[in-house]
Amino acid sequence: MRYAMAIDTLKCVGCNDCVVACQTENSVPIGYCRDWIVEKTTGTYPELQLEIRSERCNHCANAPCVRTCPTEASHYAQGGTVMVEASECIGCKACITSCPYDARFVHPDGYVDKCTFCLHRVTKGQDPACVAVCPTHCMTFGDLDDPNSDVSKAMATRKWKALIPEAGTDPKVFYLI
Amino acid sequence: MIEEIITSGRMNPEIDPVLHAWGWEIPLYLFLGGISAGILIFSAYFFLRGRQDELPTAVKWMPLAVPFLIGIGLIALLLDLSHVWYAWQLFTNIRWESPMSWGAWTLMIITPLSVAWVATWLEDIFPKWDWKFKEVQTAVDWLKDQRRIMAQILILLSVILGMYTGILLSAFNARPFWNTSILGPLFLASGLSASSALVVFFSKSEVEKRLFTRIDIILIGIELFMIIHLFMGHLAGTQVHIQAAQMFLGGPYTVPFWTFVVGLGLVFPVILEIMELKHKFIPAIVPVVLIVAGNLMLRFIVVNAGQASRWLY
Repeated sequence: MRYAMAIDTLKCVGCNDCVVACQTENSVPIGYCRDWIVEKTTGTYPELQLEIRSERCNHCANAPCVRTCPTEASHYAQGGTVMVEASECIGCKACITSCPYDARFVHPDGYVDKCTFCLHRVTKGQDPACVAVCPTHCMTFGDLDDPNSDVSKAMATRKWKALIPEAGTDPKVFYLI
Repeated sequence: MIEEIITSGRMNPEIDPVLHAWGWEIPLYLFLGGISAGILIFSAYFFLRGRQDELPTAVKWMPLAVPFLIGIGLIALLLDLSHVWYAWQLFTNIRWESPMSWGAWTLMIITPLSVAWVATWLEDIFPKWDWKFKEVQTAVDWLKDQRRIMAQILILLSVILGMYTGILLSAFNARPFWNTSILGPLFLASGLSASSALVVFFSKSEVEKRLFTRIDIILIGIELFMIIHLFMGHLAGTQVHIQAAQMFLGGPYTVPFWTFVVGLGLVFPVILEIMELKHKFIPAIVPVVLIVAGNLMLRFIVVNAGQASRWLY
């Protein structure tokens, strides 16, 4: 089982609902976020192209954060997700400096925190909070190994890309383009 | 011209707009670790060559500083940990892929070993030294018989310690400026250079001063060679590596790096040391202060510049 997320950049309007849903669901401290919106404008006025992306931890299959963690606090969990065990984290920030996506931060309580793909919801058969609330239904979540999962179907029918594939991290968040 | 503007809604403290996960604590720790490694390597090596009476400062005196330097470095390291009460978790695992893990284990062994090494020399350098307790005296006498094996282990662990201070950074491929394996040998050479400059400063023996001045000149030459290679490697790399190098070749780190690290920290003191060897009078404090300050500056600049360099997407 390999959990993954596919986000349709042609549907995303950058409303930040996913960001707020995550903050509420996961009690993310004020001033921090586990997911965020990036707007990339390319071209010269008036010939402009806009891509809006909802970004988060990429739950990489070859995660540099897991590799550099000295205590195994950062580890692979169910479905290949990358998780942080707060009671093993010493707050050395090696994982933060190893993440090319800058997806992690130090929680005010001292340990390192980030997106969990809402594994606590997923194990109950629900979608992650960000996916569940998206008003444009631009996000799909599921098992890459299951050809009938929403995410596999979305990726089979559309062109897609991952972020910084050249970093060799084998990310599991994909963007439909 | 096609332009690209990226706007991010993320504003996590210490991550945005520029990563600043590590402040002054880590570069200070890398600096003290490097100097400690250098001191121990020289002490153990010249002891194994049987030159402890000819080179007393390097072999017997300088190691006295090591437990204190490592101690301050460890305090800095602990101050950096944001979840410090869980620090013991470092020693419940050995993670070979994580340089921070084997660095922690190396320190765990080298710190008590350096204290034991110092203990074996105390009676040599302070003739009136009294261990007070017979058991301690017996233990120290036993340690004195183990000096050869201790020296061999110290050299091995000190090389690991000196290299690790650089490899710690080069293991992070997310930060293009750090992502060069030359940082390990560069930091080792720089730690050795600072410790040899300190030997020259503290030594009262002309033989020792001249030997370590020569050693330092060679080490600074090696450092300059490696710094040039560091930039050659980056400039021959990918776009992100080229941009990382450009921070030093016209970008914000150009003046501090080339003036304080290369100019005042390496080139100028090496000229002074060459003049010293030619029997020109140079106040001993000048080259040592420049070299040690340049050493510290190198760590600060490398740690900060690495955090400022990133992948583009």
